[in-house]
Amino acid sequence: MSTLSGPLSAQRGFGQTARRDGWWIVPLLTFLGLFAFIVYSTWAAFQGEHYSFGPYLSPMYSPEIFGSSEHALFGPKPGWWPAILPFSPAFLILWAPGGFRFTCYYYRGAYYKSFWADPPACAVGEPRKSFCGENAMPLILQNIHRYFLYLAVGFIFFLSYDAWNAMWFTDTATGQESFGIGVGTIVLTLNVVFLGSYTFGCHSFRHLVGGALNKLSGRPARKKAYGCSSWLNQRHMKAAWMSLVWVAFSDIYVRMCSMGVWSDWRIL
Amino acid sequence: MASVTFKIWRGDKDGGSFADYQTDITEGMVVLDAVHQIQAESASDLACRWNCKAGKCGSCSAEVNGMPKLMCMTRMEDLPTDQPITIEPIHAFPIMKDLVTDVSWNYEVKKRIKKFKPRSPDAADGTWRIAQEDVDRVQEFRKCIECFLCQDVCHVLRDHHKHEEFIGPRFFVYAAALDMHPLDTENRLEDLKDEGGIGFCNITKCCTTVCPEHITITDNAIIPLKERVVDEFYDPIKKLAKIFTGK
Repeated sequence: MSTLSGPLSAQRGFGQTARRDGWWIVPLLTFLGLFAFIVYSTWAAFQGEHYSFGPYLSPMYSPEIFGSSEHALFGPKPGWWPAILPFSPAFLILWAPGGFRFTCYYYRGAYYKSFWADPPACAVGEPRKSFCGENAMPLILQNIHRYFLYLAVGFIFFLSYDAWNAMWFTDTATGQESFGIGVGTIVLTLNVVFLGSYTFGCHSFRHLVGGALNKLSGRPARKKAYGCSSWLNQRHMKAAWMSLVWVAFSDIYVRMCSMGVWSDWRIL
Repeated sequence: MASVTFKIWRGDKDGGSFADYQTDITEGMVVLDAVHQIQAESASDLACRWNCKAGKCGSCSAEVNGMPKLMCMTRMEDLPTDQPITIEPIHAFPIMKDLVTDVSWNYEVKKRIKKFKPRSPDAADGTWRIAQEDVDRVQEFRKCIECFLCQDVCHVLRDHHKHEEFIGPRFFVYAAALDMHPLDTENRLEDLKDEGGIGFCNITKCCTTVCPEHITITDNAIIPLKERVVDEFYDPIKKLAKIFTGK
């Protein structure tokens, strides 16, 4: 590698900058937003109850592999689950979307700044002298992102199925199932839309559908997919936040309905 | 007309300090105009590199109020003038004098990146046929004016001084322009991973923020190259597929 012709100015201390704008506002808001989500989602995952209401299933518990609600795919809590460990259907699945977000290129940039101050903001001094980036362990493991993407795409199918299920209400008197739309239906449908926008605008997805190729002419399907994914990718940060907030809100909505605090208003 | 105070860094490789200058600002002036006016009025020995004054030569890179900017494209009316405006040389390269830095490291790095290697010509007359839609993607990268503001703001170079191990965003853009070209056949991925140190990039997007040509450096150049590096070196399924398909 080439060498420099002379010395560089010394590294600035933590937070030192000549910037006059409110450079700390975005990292602070990012920190508060992500921290609030982590706290809420951890709390919600540990509850293990009030995660379904009629045809609605909280996205933090979907797919419900084992569990006590009617949405469980394989019945109640399995016998092999260690008795000393608390059980919640969310434990079995939340690691996948969590890993997808943790390794997401947008979130990486965001939390390196807001949680690690590496750097706290552009052209602002940082607290550490040494730096390995994503070149060495443990951050080299961020390269696993595409495998979490594959799982996340599977979740979109499950959540779409949940949104479909949220349109079929059972009459408690007759046991008859009929089509309907409640506020919860809209909440869970929007959840799929936001999560889909986030997942299909993922940098790894964009690479997978066309970005890896230098020649897309003569491949109309991949060109279209790459174009759509690129369009979503330009809005990736917005989709990341909207989907994050909406997942939490969807859980709150189902939880509140299940606890009888809120009533689900039937539109149709 | 308003009188504005500027704090301009004066010195050389052995050190220096900020000096205060006052000058009158009129409508339509950019920071470079103010610097030229200060040179004319009170500091004829103030060193400042410039050329086109149109945001196309990339010469007048500096840090204005702490942010890397082209002085010729930074309008005075966009800056708060109630406090002194600071102007410093860019931090990621050695200072020569005042606002002038030695950016020759970048030219040496560029020489080491594998050159464009087109496939065999498509026609007997030695020409190629490519679809416009296939070159559209790399057109964005060719807007780069080599102002090196992206290199300056990148904390890997600016704060951690990894010039020996990391080539910086400018050269990821350059490599992307070559690597994503539909005619190119060269493989630069190993170089980008090892000598280029693409893994050092932790996606702060500061390079994209400061680019005066609005090149989406991180999303369109660096991350796609990172994904290609993952294909080649970190994805076990891709590796297996390569073994079986031979591609």
